[in-house]
Amino acid sequence: MTTTNGLNRVVIEPVTRVEGHGKVSLLVDKDGHIQQARFHVVEFRGFERFVQGRPYWEIPVLVQRLCGICPVSHHLAAAKAMDMRVGATRLPPTAEKMRRLMHYGQMLQSHALHFFHLVSPDLLFGFEADPAVRNVIGVAADPRFKQLAVMGVLMRKYGQEVILATAGKKIHGTGAIPGGINKNLSIAERDALLKDLPQMEAWAQDALKLCKQYVQDHLALVQEFGAFPSSHLGQVRADGAMDLYDGNLRAVDSGGEVIFDQVKPIDYHQVIAEEVRSWSYMKFPFIKSLGPERGWYRVGPLARVNVCTYIDTEIAERERKEFMALTGGKPNNLSLAYHWARLIELLHSVEKIGELLHDKDLQGTDLVAKGSPQEECVGIVEAPRGTLFHHYRVDAQDQVSMANLIVSTTSNNEPMNRAVHGVAMRYLDGKKLTEGLLNHLEVAIRCYDPCLSCATHAMGEMPLEVSLYDLDGNLLERVRR
Amino acid sequence: MTAAGASSVLLVGFGNPGRVDDGLGPAAAAAIERLELAGVTVDADYQLTVEDSYAAAAHDVVLFVDAAARGPEPFEFRRLSPAPGASFSSHSIQPEGVLQLAQELFDRRPAAYLLAIRGYEFEELSEGLSPRAASNLEAALGFLSPVLRARAFEAALAQRPMLEETTQT
Repeated sequence: MTTTNGLNRVVIEPVTRVEGHGKVSLLVDKDGHIQQARFHVVEFRGFERFVQGRPYWEIPVLVQRLCGICPVSHHLAAAKAMDMRVGATRLPPTAEKMRRLMHYGQMLQSHALHFFHLVSPDLLFGFEADPAVRNVIGVAADPRFKQLAVMGVLMRKYGQEVILATAGKKIHGTGAIPGGINKNLSIAERDALLKDLPQMEAWAQDALKLCKQYVQDHLALVQEFGAFPSSHLGQVRADGAMDLYDGNLRAVDSGGEVIFDQVKPIDYHQVIAEEVRSWSYMKFPFIKSLGPERGWYRVGPLARVNVCTYIDTEIAERERKEFMALTGGKPNNLSLAYHWARLIELLHSVEKIGELLHDKDLQGTDLVAKGSPQEECVGIVEAPRGTLFHHYRVDAQDQVSMANLIVSTTSNNEPMNRAVHGVAMRYLDGKKLTEGLLNHLEVAIRCYDPCLSCATHAMGEMPLEVSLYDLDGNLLERVRR
Repeated sequence: MTAAGASSVLLVGFGNPGRVDDGLGPAAAAAIERLELAGVTVDADYQLTVEDSYAAAAHDVVLFVDAAARGPEPFEFRRLSPAPGASFSSHSIQPEGVLQLAQELFDRRPAAYLLAIRGYEFEELSEGLSPRAASNLEAALGFLSPVLRARAFEAALAQRPMLEETTQT
């Protein structure tokens, strides 16, 4: 595998158990030392063309086609943007609370799926375990962990039931419309969801306990694996509380100093810009005041727990305090801590679902608001993977003339690259590359739960492929599993 | 034609209607749902995920309907078995994995089949099937409707090219 210039390139394409198409490339010299490590995203671009000329009221449904795993997040971000189009500056309580219920259902099912399906195999069996076992079916087939797998399946199912009750069908969700919502929650739907809620709360706490035990048992690993200082971005309420559905933008640096705070969604472009790099299809957003070199930031559960002042549900707030105590109240900059933060949010979502289900506003009949139409429309939600920006311009004929999206995985592009580079240098440098060692890179990427425009699947696609190239691009070896 | 006490059937059409022919599965599911067949539960989603194992375990027969980027035209019909070694990728799961989870977690092994309808265009972000895929869908529905009404899944296997007990196209 030695080339004339003494360097080999290892490519992992695509990375398993993440959305869409991504690949990792390692440039390795003749002694096995890592010269370069990058995470490339083969992102489908074309959404702007897809929506151009479409009437604004179609957009909240159309955007669900972007992602098979988080259509609800796109649905809500687009609906919030189109609230501005119809001038709905304040939604009726029923509409806002139905959307929030939908959003927390999405958060619950997505976080449960990620932890139980994608992450637990790595934690339970070890990063270097046989890949034939290190997957969700391996978890299910092991008598020690079968109940954990059942929990994962049923929590995911519960979240989907919340979404069905608020958004309609899985594939054609139409719940949120410009200015409001198209249905309320019936008493029968409410009671059906309330029945299983205590079990969901108990299981969310069980999952958190499992994750904290892992951290306690592997503290040295957690503290060094993909750890690096970064800024953090998230949406918070006016009083600084975590708010996954609505709020204003706040960014803090790696030490917790505020970079900006309470920036309204419509003003996001005043604080965030995007950069293009030649080796990746995905853009690199950055905080304008810090510039492209220093302005990259993390989003998602870790960033949200870091930026918020507090969480407004009792048990999740207790867990947040324990989490922050690990770093003396300063932001946590450990990639593996994403899992812990994600499970705090999972618990928070269950608590918020409980609050909402007991709120009589959900049975209200005032569902839509209107006002003075606006041309510039921005909607931001905290999607399961991080801050999701939808920005549209709608012309006088009610047609979309411009669209710009910043998805959470795009914001985490640079952090994922840093994590891959750090893990490659720490665990792979100078060693013979085995499947188990290469899985360390995937573990690092999975911390961020990336979603890489996953829209098409077709039978039999997307195995893991490891290819070794020389510097001239010649394929030396390829392994599929 | 469905007799009382006939087997319960779950039909799951999956794929993304926003990616041209990837929408074949949901389109088939929508067409079958309109028939309102007794004892047939119809579901559609962008992709299969772990909780589909719960629904699968609650039925006697599971029929997955998906687009195929390769393989026989206009469609292929074949039997599926649980497969612990099925390829896992992304947040989604393969049909064989759904069946394996149903068996491991809920101790149920429903009879299972895949109707893979051949598609041709998957890359564009665009709604609507290509003309050839639409024609294949029509042929597939013409085949599937009487099979569902009569619960004649095993007999139907003999009518179409079959890859017995396979896991991948």
